[in-house]
Amino acid sequence: MAGLATKFGSGAMTNSVEGISRNKALFVIGSNTTENHPIIALRMKEAVARGAQLIVADPRRIPLVKFATLWLRHRPGTDSALLNAMMQVIIAEGLEDKDFIAARTEGFAEFAESLVKFTPEFAEEVTGVPAEDIRRAARIYAGAENAGIYYAMGITQHTMGTNNVMAVGNLAMLTGNLGKDAAGVNPLRGQNNVQGACDMGCLPDVYPGYQKVALPAVQAKFEKAWGKALSPRPGLTASEMTGAMLEGKLRGLYIFGENPALSDPNMAHSIKAFNALDFLVVQDIFMTETAELADVVLPSASFAEKNGTFTCSERRVQRVRAAVSPPGQARDDLSIIHAVCSRIDPAAATSSAAPAEIFAEVAALWPNMAGMGYDRLDGDGLQWPCPTADNPGTPFLFKDSFPREGGKAVFSVVPHVLSDELPDSEYPFVLTTGRELFHYHTGTMTRKSKGLDAVAHEPFIEINPSDAVGLGIKDAEMLTVSSRRGAIRLKARVSDIVPAKVVFIPFHYKEAAANMLTSDALDPICKIMEAKVCAVRVEKAAA
Amino acid sequence: MINLTIDDKKIEAPDGATVLEAARLARIDIPTLCHDPRMKPFGACRLCIVEIGGLPRPVTSCTTPATEGMVVVTTNSKLERLRKTTVELLLSDHPNDCMVCIQAGQCSLQELAYRYGLRENRFKGAVRQHNRVDNNPFIMREQDKCVLCGLCVRVCDEVEGVAAIGFANRGFESDICPPFKKDLDCEFCGQCVAVCPTGALSGKMWAGQPRLEQTRSTETTCTYCGCGCNLTLHTHADKVVRVTSRPDNHNRGWLCVKGRFGYEFIASPERLTTPLIRRQKGGPLEPAGWDETLDLVASRLTAIRDQHGADAVAGLASARCTNEENYLFQKMFRAGIGTNNVDHCARY
Repeated sequence: MAGLATKFGSGAMTNSVEGISRNKALFVIGSNTTENHPIIALRMKEAVARGAQLIVADPRRIPLVKFATLWLRHRPGTDSALLNAMMQVIIAEGLEDKDFIAARTEGFAEFAESLVKFTPEFAEEVTGVPAEDIRRAARIYAGAENAGIYYAMGITQHTMGTNNVMAVGNLAMLTGNLGKDAAGVNPLRGQNNVQGACDMGCLPDVYPGYQKVALPAVQAKFEKAWGKALSPRPGLTASEMTGAMLEGKLRGLYIFGENPALSDPNMAHSIKAFNALDFLVVQDIFMTETAELADVVLPSASFAEKNGTFTCSERRVQRVRAAVSPPGQARDDLSIIHAVCSRIDPAAATSSAAPAEIFAEVAALWPNMAGMGYDRLDGDGLQWPCPTADNPGTPFLFKDSFPREGGKAVFSVVPHVLSDELPDSEYPFVLTTGRELFHYHTGTMTRKSKGLDAVAHEPFIEINPSDAVGLGIKDAEMLTVSSRRGAIRLKARVSDIVPAKVVFIPFHYKEAAANMLTSDALDPICKIMEAKVCAVRVEKAAA
Repeated sequence: MINLTIDDKKIEAPDGATVLEAARLARIDIPTLCHDPRMKPFGACRLCIVEIGGLPRPVTSCTTPATEGMVVVTTNSKLERLRKTTVELLLSDHPNDCMVCIQAGQCSLQELAYRYGLRENRFKGAVRQHNRVDNNPFIMREQDKCVLCGLCVRVCDEVEGVAAIGFANRGFESDICPPFKKDLDCEFCGQCVAVCPTGALSGKMWAGQPRLEQTRSTETTCTYCGCGCNLTLHTHADKVVRVTSRPDNHNRGWLCVKGRFGYEFIASPERLTTPLIRRQKGGPLEPAGWDETLDLVASRLTAIRDQHGADAVAGLASARCTNEENYLFQKMFRAGIGTNNVDHCARY
């Protein structure tokens, strides 16, 4: 988010899912799309069937590799070196879009200078990808009339996550793949309403619509709208909250619809932090690992029991409608929050807890949604920006300019940074984490769906056959996996999906929680934790 | 554009349209079993036959491109007789068990039998017996109801890119199966179930639940990943009993295993049903009333603010919940408590 917002003035997916099938080339990096965004992956497969070239960059042999023209199996945590080398090739071979660079970007000279050392040969040393494949990837991507980049947590959950995103943005700028149909930079959101939660201002430095809390004019606008004095101090990010709880600076926390006790990297540390609080409120539909730590648990409604809107990856705002009633005394989240807010300060609450009215309040505060209302959201909804009531919504961003001062996108110099915790003799494997098709996040919902739990019912660790031989491990054998932060027991799945010296564990399973092992080292800019790379030791489990 | 005449109607169709597409654009009804506009034409079921001026025999309209000046007849006694015979032949090798079939009311074959009034069948003989029960929790295969339209094979290959199933054998012995007739082992997206025109493929979780016609439909948006697929929740007696997706929406009606079959959590007995309060540190969480609980939440959060300052309180919002809920949540912290300590776990 922070990376793209700095460069373009907006951090959302630039283009639409519908346009994917019209891409002439696709570059998928750090996204296991078929398992995590299955329906978006269908459009990618359709593009390939129509003759598009697909480049997949992933340490794992993900299912999409089967459809790829070229697979770059880089080492975990070396994404930016790979991207920089591709761009070095593009400039060295004169494949860049000079008109686009001149007309619509700034900072090119310094950026081009910074790439000189990233030769494909240098990148081969760092990433393990043959230099010739890097050249081929650069030529395929830059040579296509329109090419889209698709990424997810595979490049962001690193200490250099923001840098990786900036490198991805640079690549699209360099080749003029922005501001046009069927191209762009497309972060795929892992949850139904990541985009919406960001849009609604659930971020410590911005009000709804990314309006900065630190700007006096913005503060005045919201003080007027809400009729309350507001703080100009940006708040703590989720990852900074953990430290603040342990230091006693943060004493009361209200969590709704999240399970950070299982989803946060280095979870033993976060659980300690939650336990240090004076007062923890958790609002959820199940007794999650986080709810078990709470002082108060508020039973809420599932998506099938409430009205509202979700905003999906492609900025599309769509209706959610109640089909059944919540169980027992459970209530929908909006009424609960409204009731708490009214008790804290009636002046701060909205006049009613009706979703349509609250939506109208948001629309009045953010020009990008100003043209939306429930009366226009039947059917497929609308993609923001949608500034007026007759605007049809926007399938791709930046057609004429970038929403930055001066209207241009800015190139960023992306230095070569290594992951925070690299393997050594004590912890010789790189652990990377992710999801599998049949489960979602911490499994709160999917593991309570019998069918899904039946086909994927236990945790596992993927380990390369050569490593299995080296350690004398057989498929399905129980292993102990340990890092500097903890240890878990789970079954081996011997597979060449992972390369040698890299292991993979899905993070859905509380009985062998991958996040007991992962590192909470932070990206210095956007404060994301490095869930995708840490060092572990793998051994046969003691009987 | 192409100009042609169908059933004496002058019709304009876009270049590249088939005769079937041109007819449907003009709202002329031609029956089909094997056609889905989201896939390539296949020409298997022979129900879409039409007569075209200058051609000696009827042709399948789904595989015939419309051409300038073409004159098409979609219905006359000969065409209807041919169609009726085709349906009769299909029914001669089909279990006559609509009373207990899950697809009754939604079945294209049943609809055709009704249209042609096929109570008796002129064709009698052997019927296929290749029913099988797979060891998976999602997809039920009752292949004696299969009409070999190939929609399932094609959706799995053309759309899903998986090709988990294909045609095996020839003639009367033809069937649809995974390689080497093993158990179905696939991604369980259920696209094949969604396109099956008969009861040959259905959801195991749907068995014994009300048929679609008995359910109430609610249009909504999927709760899982960021694809934002449109869902239709089918409910009966305040319970979700099936999930489908309309073909005319932005995800074209395609869903994944979680969207289509991952709905049981909604009615899980493990759902939280009452507010809970831990009355002392280390003690158990105990059921409480709403008013007491809400008062406690508000008073404890404001007490912490008053004693330690507004920044000693924080909120973690939810990337799973709605825009309206998230908006009100951050407003509560900013305008109500007075802090910008509000974030969510998935903001990157």
